Amino acid sequence: MPSVDFKSILDEEEPAAWDGSIQAPECLADLNLDQVIDAIVGADDEYRLRPFFLSPLATARAVEYRHEVMRDLDSERTFGYVTEFASAMRRVREQLAKAVKVTPLQSQRLFLDALRTYSQAVVDFGKRLVSSPLNSRGLRSFGKYLSRYVASPAFGSRASSADTLLLELHSIMYSVHIKDNAVSVSRYEGQADYSDEVAETFAKFSQGESSSYVGPLRDSIDMSQVEERILSLVARLFPPTFAKLAEFRERNQGFIDPTIARFDREIQFYVAYKAYVARFIAGGLPICYPEVHAEPRTMFASDTYDAALADSLIARGASVVLNDVVLEDGERLIVVSGPNQGGKTTFARLFGQLHYLAGLGCPVPGRAARLALFDKILTHFEREEHVENLRSKLEDDLLRIHDILERATARSIIIVNEIFSSTTTSDAYFLARQIVERILALGARCVCVTFLDALASTDDRIVSMVSMVSPDDPAIRTYKVARRPAGGRSYAATIAEKHRLTHACVRARIEAAKQ
Amino acid sequence: MKAHLMYAGRDVAAGTTLPKYQHDVIQDLGLQTMINTMAAADDNIAQVARDSLLTSLSDIGSILYRQAALKDCIAHAGAVRELHDLAVETVNAERRGFLYGIPMVGKTPGSVLFWAINLLEMLEAQLQRLRRFADQHASEFTSPAFTTLFEMLQRELSDDYLESVRDHLRRLRFPNGLLLSAELGAGNKGASYVLRKGAAPESWIRRLFLGDSAGSYAFKIDDRDEAGLRALAALKDRGIALVAEALGRSTGHILAFFRMLRTELAFYVGCLNLHQALKSLGCPTCMPTPQEAAERKRSAAGLYDPALALALGRGVVENDLCADGKRLVVITGANRGGKSTFLRSVGLGQLMMQCGMFVAADRFEASVCEGLFTHYQREEDPTMQSGKFDEELFRMSSIVDDVVPNSLVLLNESFAATDAREGAEIARQVVSALTECGVNVYFVTHQYEYAQSIQATEESGALLLLAERREDGTRTFKIMPGAPLHTSHARDLYDRIFGRSGEQPPTFEASAVLRGREVSGGQS
Repeated sequence: MPSVDFKSILDEEEPAAWDGSIQAPECLADLNLDQVIDAIVGADDEYRLRPFFLSPLATARAVEYRHEVMRDLDSERTFGYVTEFASAMRRVREQLAKAVKVTPLQSQRLFLDALRTYSQAVVDFGKRLVSSPLNSRGLRSFGKYLSRYVASPAFGSRASSADTLLLELHSIMYSVHIKDNAVSVSRYEGQADYSDEVAETFAKFSQGESSSYVGPLRDSIDMSQVEERILSLVARLFPPTFAKLAEFRERNQGFIDPTIARFDREIQFYVAYKAYVARFIAGGLPICYPEVHAEPRTMFASDTYDAALADSLIARGASVVLNDVVLEDGERLIVVSGPNQGGKTTFARLFGQLHYLAGLGCPVPGRAARLALFDKILTHFEREEHVENLRSKLEDDLLRIHDILERATARSIIIVNEIFSSTTTSDAYFLARQIVERILALGARCVCVTFLDALASTDDRIVSMVSMVSPDDPAIRTYKVARRPAGGRSYAATIAEKHRLTHACVRARIEAAKQ
Repeated sequence: MKAHLMYAGRDVAAGTTLPKYQHDVIQDLGLQTMINTMAAADDNIAQVARDSLLTSLSDIGSILYRQAALKDCIAHAGAVRELHDLAVETVNAERRGFLYGIPMVGKTPGSVLFWAINLLEMLEAQLQRLRRFADQHASEFTSPAFTTLFEMLQRELSDDYLESVRDHLRRLRFPNGLLLSAELGAGNKGASYVLRKGAAPESWIRRLFLGDSAGSYAFKIDDRDEAGLRALAALKDRGIALVAEALGRSTGHILAFFRMLRTELAFYVGCLNLHQALKSLGCPTCMPTPQEAAERKRSAAGLYDPALALALGRGVVENDLCADGKRLVVITGANRGGKSTFLRSVGLGQLMMQCGMFVAADRFEASVCEGLFTHYQREEDPTMQSGKFDEELFRMSSIVDDVVPNSLVLLNESFAATDAREGAEIARQVVSALTECGVNVYFVTHQYEYAQSIQATEESGALLLLAERREDGTRTFKIMPGAPLHTSHARDLYDRIFGRSGEQPPTFEASAVLRGREVSGGQS
């Protein structure tokens, strides 16, 4: 086997074993990331991709490794190479699976077909990778790996003997004569094509294109008993060729290289993710490669959105509201307040989704983003189904928050949705204050959705964001969540926005006018 | 093989979807009466008549091609009807599909082949009849359309050819069994099946029953082995798939040929029916003289409304028209004085000429137009004046979407559903814009305001016509050149309907008072 400086297309280092033992992070359901992952891997998850999407990366370098591969695949041509390779490998698997279930004469041939499909796929893909202008460490070193593999004598002689054998099979031509229930098989002796003659006789009536009359014939690789009997007679007509076919299979068991098989599975991580975000791009929504840092300093994402929600909105043909989120250096906690059903929870989810997807080394929803890695994302969303009465709900809330604070570190992200809604405002405010103090002391990043707008003005590490209403009719939600002081002022602010008189707008307009 | 009776070297487009405005044309010109007469209760003729009348030819050569064919038809009406009957009979025979096996059951090659062979046996006989018809009548016809058709039938459907068709139909029942060639495809499954012309059957039977001779092996499937027999049938299907497809298509094409022949003859049979009907009413017809659009010709003698004649079952008023060089013709005058009828006769004459038909006139000469549009008042919702005007302008706007230079637009009391002055102003703007763009407009109006403004600018190339009214108030329904009169003779109508009481006819003011009294009387 060729020397092995290529390990995995998902990681430069020897990656963990991706198997069913990987636990899903608890935050997935709260953030609707379970829906996102379901949509990415698909119902059958043919390549068992789910574990890949349950394991966020720990270093910026690892994220960079995946960004490189993903960017290479942004080239339509390279992406096409990969999907062609994947479908060839799928064909190999299908042919081998089929070979187990049929008569020896078919099975031997299916084995030959599979080996040829595999050899051709590996040769083509290797050539294409080597001649493509690739920038990723991953694809470049896999390309080198393939060229060395293809150049090895074992591979070469196997492929050429397969070609020779197939050519011999292709040259076989035989006749079948059917009269009543009797079938006779012999070598073909050059009799004329009768369909042509018939078509020619009637050609003068042609009125141009017409629809087809004969419905599609069932075209499966399966053989009927009649076909099997004919095949066995054909084998008797051409004995040396069929002897070689049987011997070929005995000599070439286990021809698939394990590193290539692994690549075939792992590259689907990228393919599946790209297929997933294609729906957003088609829907006119932005997708970007985030800048990903190890330490949380200034973070932002512009024109971002909740992927799970956007997916279903696009499917219904509804429009998707874009939001901006910014945390300046030193700012740690976003308090989201404002009218209900105004997009607050969606905003909290998208904050978590952004970080999670960035942590997988994937592009994220938004026009531009700069994000930091995390050790865990901890969420506290209401879970009414577990609650018997008000008292136990408050207790449950506090227990869960306590648990979260126990586990959180300065590198964690905490998302709290509607905390303490089951108690009086003053009690809730008191409790929330305590929790916020603790989170601030910890230094974790946090989004806190709350009806307690006073919470927003207690500390300059806290940012206040508000869900907005329409200036024409305050009863209409815009699903915009914008950075502005909490409480009562959103109406006037939205009017200013409508007239493009927000701070950002005015600046942008003045700058545009200068040019 | 193509019939090409409607166009030189081209099929007639089947099942044309007509633009929306064409439905207005049908309604406004009373086209349905004419179509019904043409059809004589044959739905296919009705469809073809309607499509042809509304799919105007704008190329003079094509019009003359049909005129020549139609002259042939009028001269040999019996033969043409016989030919049409042959086509109809063939198409109807195919429709009774059960005689030939229900076509396309499961669309398996076997069922397609079975259907095709049975149907082709019938079609071959009809083709033979068609050839014999051509042999018999070819010398009588002179038009390019019919002589080309008959020559083609005689050339393509020779006795030898028809015999070779019958030979194939016999062979395709495979009395000696099926010979296929095949190769080994993926998974060693048989592939690339090709039907071969069979070898002599005896040698094969000898091999099968006298043991394997060199290079041949055989087996037989037991009569009770259902799965085996099904598999064998599937294999046969694969073998005959190509020939079944080829034969299926050929059958479809021959049917299409007969359908096309029927469709194209339907037009001429429709014309014959109309011709006969008008003749029996003593109404004249003539072959019109089409002119290039740029010539801006439109003149006629003895022009009448054939739809009206057919509806009344008698001859109707005929008019002369000389509008050569005029883009705009404004027709004013007495209510119920024949203005609308005249406008219809112009529109119908144009449509008939441009489908290659005769015209209901003694003489008709006109430039071809690119599309004919009608804009008539609609009856619905007469109380809501503003809504009606809105609807009227909406229709006008959609006409403006579709007109091109050299279109012909017939306006009948357009822009009347509003105040006279406003209506006149809009009319001026729309009509002058149309004519300036090279659109021809015939405008029936009793709007004195508008008609007078046209008169004032007579040098614009407009022709003013007037519905004649004699001194004694009787109408002749004749349309003559003349300046617009200030009143539309509503009083005449009133007199006729209410009878002359010997009183002084009420003045305009008096009649308003009278109406006011009636209303208040009704309320009390």
